[in-house]
Amino acid sequence: MITSNSFADKLDQERWFKYFLIAPAVFIILLIGLYPFVKLILVSFQNITMFDNELSYQGFIHYERLFDDDRLWESILHTIIFTAVALPIELILGFLLALLFLERIPYKQVFVGIILLPTVISPIVAGATWKLMFDQRFGPINQVIAWFAGHEVKLLWNIEPALVWPAIMVAEVWQWTPFMFLILLAALSNVDREQLEAAQIDGASWWMTFRKIVLPAIMPVMFIALLIRGLDLFRVFDVVWTMTKGGPGTMTETISIYAYHMAFREFDVSYSAAIAFLIILILTVIVVAALRRMEVSR
Amino acid sequence: MKQWDQGARLWARVFCAMIVTLFFVFPIYWLGAISFKTAEEIFAYPPVWIPANFNFHNYFVLFRDGEAWSIWNSFVTASISTLFAMFFGTIAAYSLVRYKTGGNHLGIWIISQRMIPPICVVFPVFLLFVAWDIVDTYTGLIVLYTAFNLPYVIWMMRGYIQEIPLELEQSALVDGLTRWAVLWKVVMPMAKSGLFATAVFTFIFAWNDFLFALILSRSDVVTFPVKVTGYFGAQSSLWSKVGALSMLGVLPMIFVVGTMQRFIVRGISMGAVKG
Repeated sequence: MITSNSFADKLDQERWFKYFLIAPAVFIILLIGLYPFVKLILVSFQNITMFDNELSYQGFIHYERLFDDDRLWESILHTIIFTAVALPIELILGFLLALLFLERIPYKQVFVGIILLPTVISPIVAGATWKLMFDQRFGPINQVIAWFAGHEVKLLWNIEPALVWPAIMVAEVWQWTPFMFLILLAALSNVDREQLEAAQIDGASWWMTFRKIVLPAIMPVMFIALLIRGLDLFRVFDVVWTMTKGGPGTMTETISIYAYHMAFREFDVSYSAAIAFLIILILTVIVVAALRRMEVSR
Repeated sequence: MKQWDQGARLWARVFCAMIVTLFFVFPIYWLGAISFKTAEEIFAYPPVWIPANFNFHNYFVLFRDGEAWSIWNSFVTASISTLFAMFFGTIAAYSLVRYKTGGNHLGIWIISQRMIPPICVVFPVFLLFVAWDIVDTYTGLIVLYTAFNLPYVIWMMRGYIQEIPLELEQSALVDGLTRWAVLWKVVMPMAKSGLFATAVFTFIFAWNDFLFALILSRSDVVTFPVKVTGYFGAQSSLWSKVGALSMLGVLPMIFVVGTMQRFIVRGISMGAVKG
């Protein structure tokens, strides 16, 4: 009864083939992506610390601790402020730069290439570079300020509470404005020329043209750029680590730095797992809300 | 009059462009300058803006003491993990595009894996690697970077493969090639520039990684970003080494922006902008 013909064989082989192709990738992602995530949730309900290795179910004790941990909420606040300040600055500066390079300019490729460099180098190197730049005595920044001030200046960029955040912010904006710039430049060059000319003929103001034609055209791309950068800013670690390690005290501690501190300095493993879960929860809410808004605006 | 006006505006733009470019390049210049300075020049006050001559001593010290080895470690882990991620990622992307494996959901799930911050998964991964005894080995970092970059590769290659016309594959199948042969002999060559651009970014992500390397290496496979942060001490910092090793880490990136600019926009925008 069971007959095999070549066509059925082929179909069968195809079904097998497509899973064969995707299986290794899914296996690796499950192993290094999903397994740690499940493990994380498990550990957050156990009690593993430097002194304790209690693997039984402990309920929500670590999640309850989250609410009373001032240092945690401060670090979250730092992260949110950092993101909320750096993101618009990068967007606006990137946009202005893109406008500058949108029109004809000689040696455009060379300029753009050089401006791009910060974005592709390691954030550790970016942090190290700005740490050297901001050095109170041997760095060039205080020197330049001294020229303008007319006398010797000793601003302690790595220590002074009022100056640490601006210093980190400069490094961050320096490294990632080119990212915004490049994406917005590409998006702006794709805006329909004819529409712009038609608007000009109709006598529309610059602002009108921007709002009615340019902005809707670049919106989808701009949105994705903001999402990518926003997520990166929220988990910022490297640049802060090189410049201040979260100090002085806990002044510049971001959520990633605090989570690192609890896991690998205090060995408060279960609690750090609860923090990690909280971070993932916050990010999921942000991403889902953002994607939903993107769908609405379409 | 109008002609003159346009000329003036062009020069104004060029002038602005130069100022901006200077702002972005100066810190890297400063880093490079430090790497060529003598100890006296580094710690001179007021600072020396241009080192007196190209003094390769700082680089020489790195190689003599074997600390430049960290660059080699970065290179080995980044390039081998790139090969693995590209291979497994591309065939997976092909399966997603041509067979619609798992519908839309599988693709979305894969890219969502990229959103999880490294700090959240690094501890469980650490425990896993302790159990497998691959902490502080090339294997450990290569496995991790492969896994970490896979979603990116799949996502990007999905976009590139979608652009390949289906007719070519169909006629190749009619000619009697197997599915596997079609993938290798028709699809891969067609996707060459996409493969190349994606591989460059995969390499960059692994090359620049800090957090994973910080936790999963001890002494044998320390990569250059970890080594650089080690030079900053509480009391004093080894600036000459920071400068020289950082520059070694930046050099490949100068090459990348110098030669592959047209690939970059699509790569960093995760495919949102087709360059």
